[in-house]
Amino acid sequence: MNISRRAFLSTSAAASAAAFFGISGQAIATVEDVEKLIAEFGGGAAAGDAGPLQLTTPEIAENGNSVPVSVNVDSPMTDDDYIESVMIMASENPRPEVATFHFTPASGIAKASTRMRLAKTQDVLAVAKTNSGQLFKVSNNVKVTIGGCGG
Amino acid sequence: MNRFLAPVAVAATSVLAVAAVTSMAVLAAPADDSLVIDGELEMSTRVAPIEGHPLPEVISGWHYRTEDTRALQQDSFDNPGMLGVEEGEEYWNKVEGTMGKSCASCHGDASESMVGVGASYPKWSEKLGKPINVELQINHCRVENMGAEPYKFDKGGQKPLTAFIKHQSQGLPVELNLEEGEMQQWWERGKETYYRRTGQLNLSCATCHEDNNGKYIRADHLSQGNVNGFPTYRLKQSNLISLHNRFRGCIRDTRAEYPAAFSDELMGLEVYTTWRGTGLSVETPAVRQ
Amino acid sequence: MASKPRVKIPKSVSAGDVITIKTLIKHKMESGQRKDKEGNVIPRDIINHFEAAFNGNVVFSVDIDPAVSANPYIEFSSRISEAGTFVMKWTDDAGTVIETSKDIALKG
Repeated sequence: MNISRRAFLSTSAAASAAAFFGISGQAIATVEDVEKLIAEFGGGAAAGDAGPLQLTTPEIAENGNSVPVSVNVDSPMTDDDYIESVMIMASENPRPEVATFHFTPASGIAKASTRMRLAKTQDVLAVAKTNSGQLFKVSNNVKVTIGGCGG
Repeated sequence: MNRFLAPVAVAATSVLAVAAVTSMAVLAAPADDSLVIDGELEMSTRVAPIEGHPLPEVISGWHYRTEDTRALQQDSFDNPGMLGVEEGEEYWNKVEGTMGKSCASCHGDASESMVGVGASYPKWSEKLGKPINVELQINHCRVENMGAEPYKFDKGGQKPLTAFIKHQSQGLPVELNLEEGEMQQWWERGKETYYRRTGQLNLSCATCHEDNNGKYIRADHLSQGNVNGFPTYRLKQSNLISLHNRFRGCIRDTRAEYPAAFSDELMGLEVYTTWRGTGLSVETPAVRQ
Repeated sequence: MASKPRVKIPKSVSAGDVITIKTLIKHKMESGQRKDKEGNVIPRDIINHFEAAFNGNVVFSVDIDPAVSANPYIEFSSRISEAGTFVMKWTDDAGTVIETSKDIALKG
């Protein structure tokens, strides 16, 4: 079976997270994109420090296609005082949005996990919003391994 | 003065020690960890080599992955490869072909009838006059016993059904019977392929997986290349990857022309690489990067 | 062949317990940002929303973007004070809803 150089290169790259986003020739998200998302999410309120918000991500992700991400916010989760939502952003993906979790007092605890794609090494951000509109923000750097073997 | 300096020195030493340990863990050694599925099923992931094996210890590729990737395989719910296994079960029960039969029509409950299959294939097939693997056995059944079309490589139910069948042997040690038929000749043939340098990069299987396992090739932590977890869920493709696809991918990466799936060359290689993993637990579906 | 969503949830709990629920569904999560061999954009096709309701009340939901991995995994919690039924729904870009339900009993 003959395989041209171009085909070799494209098959090698096809499955990487960067290729998944078609990142070549495409701009990555900017600081403004992230700030705009936070403003929309928080209704203009200023995001404070991490406070009770914990963001768990690996230091090094073996493959950018599936990076575990978990958030946990310490909150009484009563009708009067609970975490309404947590937005997760990948600051240097083509688009920063990853997922927004919406909680209710019936959630019991404000904790959720998913797996995400990261196009490259970057900061992952989480912003939590209480039912009274208070915002907390935290970020973790995740190194993404690129340049492994195909197959 | 000493009283003041001592704690600083201790702190500096421990920082260095931590740095050294961390870099060792990242750079070389397979992770010191044990694979227990759902806290119940203990897997043999480090075993003494079978007689004639060139390495001092046979180690599952699981040990070469990061903590997060290893964790995915420790929980059968978190393991995304189980989606493929469940899909395979649907194929197992699906009636196809002119004879109106499914796999289950003859083989019944796979959790009884298929136990051990994934640990003992490839096997000698007298009828074909060569070794047969699970994928080809499925196709043989489809044609001969169901009156259905054989699956094309990696198409239709081939991957999920193979994963489902091999999964029934999860935890059982790999053990081939090389006494039957001409298995020994096919083992020799596979060994020859394993050690033959190929491609523009002039690499053999052994260059990476025997001589340099534990080291990095670019960003990839090289394993021993054991095949006890195939079909394997690879994060890179977010999908189950068949053994012959992986063989072809590896050979392609040496910049060589790669043989067809299920060709004599790759069947020999399957016999030989499976033998090298003798004693390791079947992990299907393993989770790798 | 489409596989059913996988859901891991306790069958019985004590009233007031906070339980963890894990879900996994097969989906390619095509980002809409990739091109095929001919250079045409492959249309976006993702699960964009997940919702979990207990006895008719939404307990937890997620807005999902293309950066969520293929075969989306979602883990969340819920405080259970009565027996009942969890209904989980995944919605894709075409508006198709995949639904599954799980019953929970109270212990004792």
